[in-house]
Amino acid sequence: MSETATRLRGKDLLGIADLEAAEINLILDTAEAMKEVASRPIKKVPTLRGKTVINLFFEPSTRTRTSFEIAEKRLSADTLNIAIAMSSVVKGETLIDTAQNLEAIAPAIMVVRHGSSGACHLLARTCRAGIVNAGDGTHEHPTQGLLDAFTIRERKGRIQGLKIAIVGDLLHSRVFRSNILLLTKLGAEVWACGPPTLMPPGLERLGVHPTTRVEEAVEGADAVMMLRIQLERMQGGFFPSLREYFNVFGMTPERVRLAKPDAIVMHPGPMNRGVEIASEVADGPASVILDQVTNGVAVRMAVLYLLAGGGENEAAA
Amino acid sequence: MKRLLKGARVVDPASGVDGIRDVLIDGDRIALVGTSIPAAAAAGAVIVELGPSLVVCPGFVDMHVHLREPGYEHKETVATGTAAAVAGGFTAVACMPNTNPVNDNASVTRFILKQASAANLARVYPIGAVSHGSNGEYLAEIADMREAGCVAFSDDGRPVATALLMRRALEYAGMFGMPVIDHCEDRSLAGEGVAHEGFHAAQLGLRGIPSAAEDVMVDRDIVLALATGGHAHIAHLSTAGAVRSVREGKARGARVTCEVTPHHFVLADESLREPLVYDTNLKMNPPLRGGSDRDALITGIRDGSIDVIATDHAPHHADDKRVEFDRASFGIVGLETAVSLGLDRLVHAGIIGLGRFVELLSVNPARILGVPGGRIAAGDTADITILAPDLAVTVSAAAFRSRARNTPFDGWTLRGGVAATLVGGRPVFANPGVPQTSGFERS
Repeated sequence: MSETATRLRGKDLLGIADLEAAEINLILDTAEAMKEVASRPIKKVPTLRGKTVINLFFEPSTRTRTSFEIAEKRLSADTLNIAIAMSSVVKGETLIDTAQNLEAIAPAIMVVRHGSSGACHLLARTCRAGIVNAGDGTHEHPTQGLLDAFTIRERKGRIQGLKIAIVGDLLHSRVFRSNILLLTKLGAEVWACGPPTLMPPGLERLGVHPTTRVEEAVEGADAVMMLRIQLERMQGGFFPSLREYFNVFGMTPERVRLAKPDAIVMHPGPMNRGVEIASEVADGPASVILDQVTNGVAVRMAVLYLLAGGGENEAAA
Repeated sequence: MKRLLKGARVVDPASGVDGIRDVLIDGDRIALVGTSIPAAAAAGAVIVELGPSLVVCPGFVDMHVHLREPGYEHKETVATGTAAAVAGGFTAVACMPNTNPVNDNASVTRFILKQASAANLARVYPIGAVSHGSNGEYLAEIADMREAGCVAFSDDGRPVATALLMRRALEYAGMFGMPVIDHCEDRSLAGEGVAHEGFHAAQLGLRGIPSAAEDVMVDRDIVLALATGGHAHIAHLSTAGAVRSVREGKARGARVTCEVTPHHFVLADESLREPLVYDTNLKMNPPLRGGSDRDALITGIRDGSIDVIATDHAPHHADDKRVEFDRASFGIVGLETAVSLGLDRLVHAGIIGLGRFVELLSVNPARILGVPGGRIAAGDTADITILAPDLAVTVSAAAFRSRARNTPFDGWTLRGGVAATLVGGRPVFANPGVPQTSGFERS
């Protein structure tokens, strides 16, 4: 199961759905080397020198954009951040036009976050640059899935055979979609828990165990992953109140005790304390939430390095 | 002038005819149909040798198209839409009222008919709005629009908004024996959905439109049809539940009829992922449903629960489709692919025979709309569709007569196509790929 590829097949990273297990292992292994760079006094390698990476964000993001930007800078890429707060969209420029204007600058890679599922696929079909999906609608957020897997592997030494519980708004979560695809490809036993109004159909078909009982999901788990609950979901009538949500699904110390004694607790951020996760858990000994942030940089360095042609002629760092 | 169509297989279920016949056309009428036309009757006629490989049928009627004029002429016009119609084998189309302005009054109806008359290709039967502006509040002037030429009423693009309005519409249109055509979709259930709620949309992160959104409104309309005695026609049926409801509704005595589109009986939601993921030419409303829904539609076509094949021809400019999936316009064109898809997937697949195919495309839509057609017996208007059932057809969107190219079937190879189309005895389309049609000089 630890089969490893030597390169990625595509020019883009659009989703975990397109990756084989061997490619996932390649990214995770490469990320280990990249993480070592961060421990050096000079946290920079010349790998992407002379290459331009554009961070094209159509949705607000602090964490993911910053993580990509630091990853790009540590690889010595020239980076350009473009936050389109729907301004050009309001003026009427289409996504394809925006991207083609940026293509004229000849970037090697465009890192794209967009509110529409499939937006990155549309760009990948029309752009020469490699497209890295930094979150498209409610579809996928592949680098988040990869950094979550990296964090689990770092703590547990493996992913195969682990019981992993994912709890929260499964229906609208791109983090969830990337994670279930990735974790099942690497052989984990994935349990998915949330209110039935926020559960997408067909989870069993993917080999995921759905449940509405959080205790069942968490019991004996090696890792518990919480997903963010957005306030507007309550207004959309998916559940009655944040208070009730916390009572039924919130990750409390009592519920964490149902998991394995050495279980880890994860959250992709930003957290709603007291909604999906109790502060005692978020700040407790099982929490690896800040490790996830640190690992995000290494994983994104690995993805950018591999997509920009690394691995074909030189070793990382 | 006279024309004698010789030696083709005539499939005319309304007259009980299926066999090799000659058809004599005199002016805009059918003069005679028979195994041997007396020489005296055919004197002076232009003879068109069709032969037994071609099929002569009563003209096909597409009771659900969007011609986009007035208001959206960059998508389609009455002239380009009717050119697409005749190239697709349709001698008549009924056009939905969601133009700009909405066809909710007789002056818009008359404008559409004037454009149709100028185009002089397929017959055009306007469908008037049920409510003012199709806003779902007050009945539009149904009697006035009927007088001007409307044949049915619908707020298509939207459902008839409330049960009360549907009740009133069924009662009021029922006074003239006219159908109310409903786009059945409970908007609160459909929400902002863009694809069939199910495994594939969930995988793609696309907001779902559940089958229940259609099913509950089909049930509502059947209950109201029973209560009022009015005629409810369910547009573009897409779910297994809706087929079951219509079947049961008919058994209970409701005046309910329904149509299905070629894309719903050919495709299913799995196509959203392969071969081209997030293809906006697979975005339509109702959405492509699950495989079991598609199978239920085919069963309904076979067992008679489904009355009509209609295209829901929905032309859009390329700009409306070259965008993110959730921002793309709903709908695809259908006029120039429907006959080939039906022949290939229904007739050659052994689901139905040609007689039933002609019922679905000609006899039943003409009857439901109360318009002439659906039969080619002596004295009938000579609206004729001639099929080449074994012609190898490769769909080419670039060659469409329609102004729009939004089809998921571009490049498909299908068995069966249109040889020629005659409206009022006049050839308005002849397929250059079918040699026998060289006998039709365009007039």
